[in-house]
Amino acid sequence: MTPSRSVVLNARALERTLARMADEIVEQNDGTDDLVLVGIQRRGVHVAQRIAAVIAAREGVEVPRGALDITLYRDDLQTVGPRPIVGRTDIPMAIEGKSVVIVDDVLFTGRTVRAALNELADFGRPARVRLAVVIDRGGRELPIQPDVVGKYVEAQAGARVDVFVLEQDGRDEVVLETEPVA
Amino acid sequence: MTSPLGKDLLGLEKLTAEQIGLILDTAEPLKEISERTIKKVPTLRGATIVNLFFEASTRTRISFEFAEKRMSADTVNVASAGSSISKGETLVDTARNLEAMKIDMVVIRHNSSGAAQFLAERIESNVINAGDGTHEHPTQGLLDLLTLRQRWGSLKGRKVCICGDVLHSRVARSNIWGLQKLGAEVAVCGPRSLLPSAIGEMGVTVFDRIEQAIEWADALNVLRLQLERMEGGYIPSLREYNRVFGVTRERLDRAPKDILIMHPGPMNRGVEIDSDVADGPHSVILDQVTNGVAVRMAVLYLLAGNSPRLAEAAKGGV
Repeated sequence: MTPSRSVVLNARALERTLARMADEIVEQNDGTDDLVLVGIQRRGVHVAQRIAAVIAAREGVEVPRGALDITLYRDDLQTVGPRPIVGRTDIPMAIEGKSVVIVDDVLFTGRTVRAALNELADFGRPARVRLAVVIDRGGRELPIQPDVVGKYVEAQAGARVDVFVLEQDGRDEVVLETEPVA
Repeated sequence: MTSPLGKDLLGLEKLTAEQIGLILDTAEPLKEISERTIKKVPTLRGATIVNLFFEASTRTRISFEFAEKRMSADTVNVASAGSSISKGETLVDTARNLEAMKIDMVVIRHNSSGAAQFLAERIESNVINAGDGTHEHPTQGLLDLLTLRQRWGSLKGRKVCICGDVLHSRVARSNIWGLQKLGAEVAVCGPRSLLPSAIGEMGVTVFDRIEQAIEWADALNVLRLQLERMEGGYIPSLREYNRVFGVTRERLDRAPKDILIMHPGPMNRGVEIDSDVADGPHSVILDQVTNGVAVRMAVLYLLAGNSPRLAEAAKGGV
């Protein structure tokens, strides 16, 4: 049996979703003052850039952006193999006292966000940290919840949810793949 | 669990271009950590690393120690310089003692060629060669490669000349293998008494005059002239060496193209390299030092966890 594959969001729907997420971020922050978007490598960085573009168009403000690569903060480095490729962390602004929004594509176990929070803390003490994700697929293993969600997807443990973005994958699409039932 | 590098880093001769590329690619993003206010990531938390230095070293040992600490490893320095340790049996004893103390990695500097491999074959911990006799100094080779790659993007077709005491230099050997694997052309230049007689077999060009080397090369890697070589009768005098082989401002001014100057340190200013070259616009010597920490962090990251004992412990739970 082949795994079943369904499109959760097509390109148009993803665009609308990102625009709404941008609005919610600005709304929750009560404007763009002190707002900083930090994307998690790699797709979270692209998503953060899209959201920043929407905010720039609507608010006329360029929100500062950064990128976090959480590889060195993973809690499973002793068990995964081979060694994951380390990406670039780039936090070009002081985050002290800022209102930071961590942006990622898919929220699942919460372990990536845990790592991101630890890494962020090594750069300073933001006044507030929020979490924005395109897809929340459930299945948390840590007490971590998103503040802004593009779409909730009920996905079984063995299922895959992939957010594809133009910049990296050549197309905009969110796809759910479920394992075949044995 | 496998590391793409295997258990140990003993030299560049046995690595593939892909493995070297992976180390350099990993080192690039790690440079950022040293720019942070809190210069530390938790990657190697709980790992114990022994820096076993049977030979004097300042730069390499400090660089390794910074790399280890910035990755959150616990480090112990064992300096045996000055004691009457000889190769062979004593290393076996040392190895057994280290194993008994449940360590994870060993960084070894030793005056005998092959010491790192000797140790690696006898202990389960990862072994990193920090210089063994006149054999190899792989992390120095890697940091040289990283420095050149950052300047040039790619080493393919570039010309690098290693100048000076190639005969006694582990840095030269690691450089030659590493540079050739990444597609660079390599030459050596120095007095014939300080070049290995079989140097031609390594596929390198030999220049007898530093002027020829400067005309040919995109980069010079100027080796330290060990002062004891004079007593050994390899060269007539330091002044004579500087006059014939010294990398001077006047000689560089006649270079047909921009040329990068590297030196593994510590420098003998006024002998193999003049001060205004070492501190001049061609010099990437301090970039090498910065890159040294990043390259060593990359090697630690890529090797760690590849020890059977850690893998065993990991099976116990997440």
